[in-house]
Amino acid sequence: MTDVPAPRHIPDRLDKPLSSAIFSWEALLVVVAIAIFAINTFASPYFLDPYSLSDLTFNFTEKGLIAFAMALLIISGEIDLSVAAIIALASTMMGMAVQAGAGTPVLVLIGIVVGLGCGAFNGLLVTRLGLPSIVVTIGTMSLFRGIAFIILGDQAYKGYPESFAFFGQGYVWWVVSFELVLFLIAAVVYWFMLHRTSFGRRVFAIGNNPVAAQFSGVRVGRIKFILFCLTGLMSGIASVLITSRLGSTRPSIAQGYELEVITMVVLGGVSILGGAGSILGVVLAAFIMGLVTFGLGLLNVPGIVMSIFIGLLLIIVIALPIVWRRLRGRRLA
Amino acid sequence: MKAFLKYREIWLLAAIVVLIGLISTRFPAFADAGNLRQVFNDTSILMILALGQMVVILTRSIDLSMASNLCFTGMVVAMLNAAHPAIPIPLLIVIALAVGLVLGAINGLLVWRLNIPSIVVTLGTLTIYRGATFVLSGGAWVNADKMSPDFIGFQRAAFLGIPVLSLIAILVIGLFFVLMTRTALGRSIYAIGVNPTASVYTGIDVGRTKFIVFCISGMIGGLCGYLWISRYVIASVEVANGYELNIIAACVIGGISIAGGIGSVGGAVLGALFLGIISNALPVINISPFWQMAISGSAIILAVVLNARGERQQGRIILRKVEAA
Repeated sequence: MTDVPAPRHIPDRLDKPLSSAIFSWEALLVVVAIAIFAINTFASPYFLDPYSLSDLTFNFTEKGLIAFAMALLIISGEIDLSVAAIIALASTMMGMAVQAGAGTPVLVLIGIVVGLGCGAFNGLLVTRLGLPSIVVTIGTMSLFRGIAFIILGDQAYKGYPESFAFFGQGYVWWVVSFELVLFLIAAVVYWFMLHRTSFGRRVFAIGNNPVAAQFSGVRVGRIKFILFCLTGLMSGIASVLITSRLGSTRPSIAQGYELEVITMVVLGGVSILGGAGSILGVVLAAFIMGLVTFGLGLLNVPGIVMSIFIGLLLIIVIALPIVWRRLRGRRLA
Repeated sequence: MKAFLKYREIWLLAAIVVLIGLISTRFPAFADAGNLRQVFNDTSILMILALGQMVVILTRSIDLSMASNLCFTGMVVAMLNAAHPAIPIPLLIVIALAVGLVLGAINGLLVWRLNIPSIVVTLGTLTIYRGATFVLSGGAWVNADKMSPDFIGFQRAAFLGIPVLSLIAILVIGLFFVLMTRTALGRSIYAIGVNPTASVYTGIDVGRTKFIVFCISGMIGGLCGYLWISRYVIASVEVANGYELNIIAACVIGGISIAGGIGSVGGAVLGALFLGIISNALPVINISPFWQMAISGSAIILAVVLNARGERQQGRIILRKVEAA
């Protein structure tokens, strides 16, 4: 006499009550974004203008493109500090190609291939040799930018073809720049990849428990390798955009971008310990960072002071839910 | 374990000797005792910083804000000195230590009380402290002509034929050696890095210990703020920009595992010396200084490959995996 338990229906995803949506991370970010938008509108009469708002987008599109791939990488429990150095190396290679007389399509191809190659190099070191990614990418960060310095020294490459300028300076329609369109397309692609495919599920699984993921048949090493390649690829694309926007290459190009990209990802609610995060959060964080820097720029606040606001924003937005939860817990007790 | 650790430092020492040997084939005077003492003096600040970073990394944390702390504290002491040249240098050093301590304690409190991962906290304070330097100085520089002769001369004075800067480095190395090998705090720092869960059960307050290591790295950052400014005699917002990665690089080359629990004072010192020798040697053997970045990058990758080998032999990786599961 054994009772066979009735087959249970296990839901694919848990029902989310409305309250959890209201108190979600993304909702918090939306509130912050609206608040900053409102403050900006009051603070400067020049803010609420289509052309101003269009300029604003250039503040975050390039870093945002990298942030999408970085978000996946951080969710899987790894990190890549070499993204800005990849930009520098790819830009230097494009500069060399220009000196050799390459045309625009070749330049774009070189930028993307160099980025992909650098990403694959990081991925090989981390997955094949089992090294901690934070140290590997600190090393490759010096190595990639170091190569750019060896090639360029204190010189600069200029003379990019006129058609090349479109990527960083061109507009697709009215005030909508090519960079913004690319950013939005990438957002949709990465959102789909992370939240709607089995690949995305595997990325989350690896981040939550790599050992369990391995035993469940997830090819942890291969997926991490792909993520490093993607991050390199996005850095290569960003390099094309930045080089095109600036019209010149110096070895110090995009210095310090890696920390801004990671700030963007963490601000977007991706857990630095891996296993949690969403692309929507990263998109919102990108907008918030763009709003803060542009709004303060309109008020003639120097860039270095803006960085204080970004730093404070990062810590406060991370700390707020923790403090809030603790206060609520204390009241219940 | 101890024999094994010694083994690794001896290898690093051997690598340094080979490096000096290679350099002296191109430029024989490099291996002179006088020049080597000069190299040691040049590397003193990096060595001190690497030791401060080491105690943080040993507890599985990281302090990315050290260079910004150095920049801020350096600006504070430089402005104090410019405004009140009468303040004696030892008092200024105490002030530098105190300012650094406060900045480190802010990191430590956020990590301890709010449980925010240290990489996030210090990523934030990295930009905040450097920004605060700009606010403090209004973007202005403090130049050599505004600093008092004592301020600049203190670390250059020789005591028993050794510059004070080198003496300070030796003193700090000694203090850290005692801390790491002869005190309960040092043992707790290692214990937390090897196994935080087990440390809790043995009665170690993990959060408080992490707070203390951030206070230590903060004080070190503050001390180096004074040393850096008085050495390069200019205080600006750009001081030591990006230097946090050099500090971590010195630790990694010195065999300190980023996963915590493995590393020694000797390793950190030798790792810093390795980088110091390269940067001192490049100009004298006629290699463009632009090569330095790529060379240290390669050295970091090579070091981490070799270190990972050593750790795997110890079976540590397996232990860590079980813990993570």
